[in-house]
Order: sequence, then C-alpha cells, then structure tokens
Amino acid sequence: MIIVCVSSDPFDAGAEIAALGREGIGAVASFVGIVRGETDGAWGGLVALTLEHYPAMTEAALRALADEAVARWSLGGVTLYHRVGRLVPGDAIVLVACSSGHRKDALEACAFLIDRLKTDAPFWKRESFADGREIWVEARDADDTAAARWG
Amino acid sequence: MVTLLYFAKVREAVGVGEERFDLPEGVTTVADLADWLALKHPIFTDRDRLRVAVDQVMARFDTDIRGVKEVAFFPPVTGG
Repeated sequence: MIIVCVSSDPFDAGAEIAALGREGIGAVASFVGIVRGETDGAWGGLVALTLEHYPAMTEAALRALADEAVARWSLGGVTLYHRVGRLVPGDAIVLVACSSGHRKDALEACAFLIDRLKTDAPFWKRESFADGREIWVEARDADDTAAARWG
Repeated sequence: MVTLLYFAKVREAVGVGEERFDLPEGVTTVADLADWLALKHPIFTDRDRLRVAVDQVMARFDTDIRGVKEVAFFPPVTGG
C-alpha cells in the first residue's frame, strides 16, 4: 500500500513505521529528515525554514516516485510524508518508509526515494535567520549526483 | 488560455504567483515562452537556474506547449 501525505502538521514517525510493520512483513527501513540548526557544528543563526510547494503537483509527483519504487523493488508498503509551511530547527521535515520481506529491498527503495525526492518533487526551502535575512536554499549538485545513480 | 504559475524565487521576481493569457503567436515550446517572458523579467534568461512543469509534470525547454492548460516555472527544487 502506498501512503502519500503533504501537510503542515507534524507526523509521528514511530506510528507510521509501526503501521508498515504490522503485517509481520519482515523489514521496514526509514529515513527522517530534520531541520538542521547547525552548520559544521556551529549555530549559523537559522531560526526557521519555510517550505513552499506546488500544491496541484506535489502529491502526484510523490506518488509517481512511490509507484516507481514499487515497480523496482519487492515492497509491501511505502509511506511518504512531507511537511510544508514554517518549521524550526529540530522539526522533522520528511519521512520515507518502506516495508519488504527482507532488508535489501526496503533499504534500497528508501535510499532511492529520498534521493529522487530531492530532485523530482516540487518543494522549495527558504531560510530565515536571526538577523532578519531571508534566503532561498540553492539546489546542490551533490543531490543531482545522488539522484542520477538510480538511472 | 494558459495558466502560468511561478514559485519561490521566480514568483518573487515576477511579482505574482499566477497569470492567465493566450499564448502569443509563434510561441510553441517552453523555450519560446521563456524567451517571451524574459523580455519583461530577466530571471527567465538564466535557464540553468530555471525548471519547468507542463500540466503538472516535469518538462523540458523543448516541450511543446500548444494546447496545454498550465505551465509552471520555478528554481531547481530543494525539498527533502
């Protein structure tokens, strides 16, 4: 089963992971992205991160990624949850969780989904700093490289 | 009529998030549309920093837009 949710509300990663494992399937792998308050160990003044998205397209883009994962790996379920709106350091932004009979499918599908989500899903982050600066986060070449390895 | 949507830095550069109009004569691809928009907004000249979706699916600059309902321009995405 595929569950996709885009919301300003927080998610309960533990409950979502437990739900995927409830059928005694064998394995659940997950990734949780957290708003980073530090750069290289020091607080850089970030006070908030605001996530903008393309509402009419976002859930369809995430569902297309989940469909691709289900086609490539043997999965019992996929849960994708992405927050939008204003978040603060320490808040969870994104949850990717996959269940499968054995660890390899769940782990690989989970890595595929977070790598491709970063290049294929229409979200944009704006950083708000303590001194009043507002800066749009620039896309990273490393993210394109990570996504490209999945073909 | 086509609906144009702008997000993030592109929305801020244009000043609105949405516009509706008939495609100008001779505009058949995303690239044509970007060139036409660039006459008013320089951000549309920087193709390396510009991405596009046509009818809510990621597209390219050579995508044909004749007859489509919605074209969205935005910077490279930064979710996750």
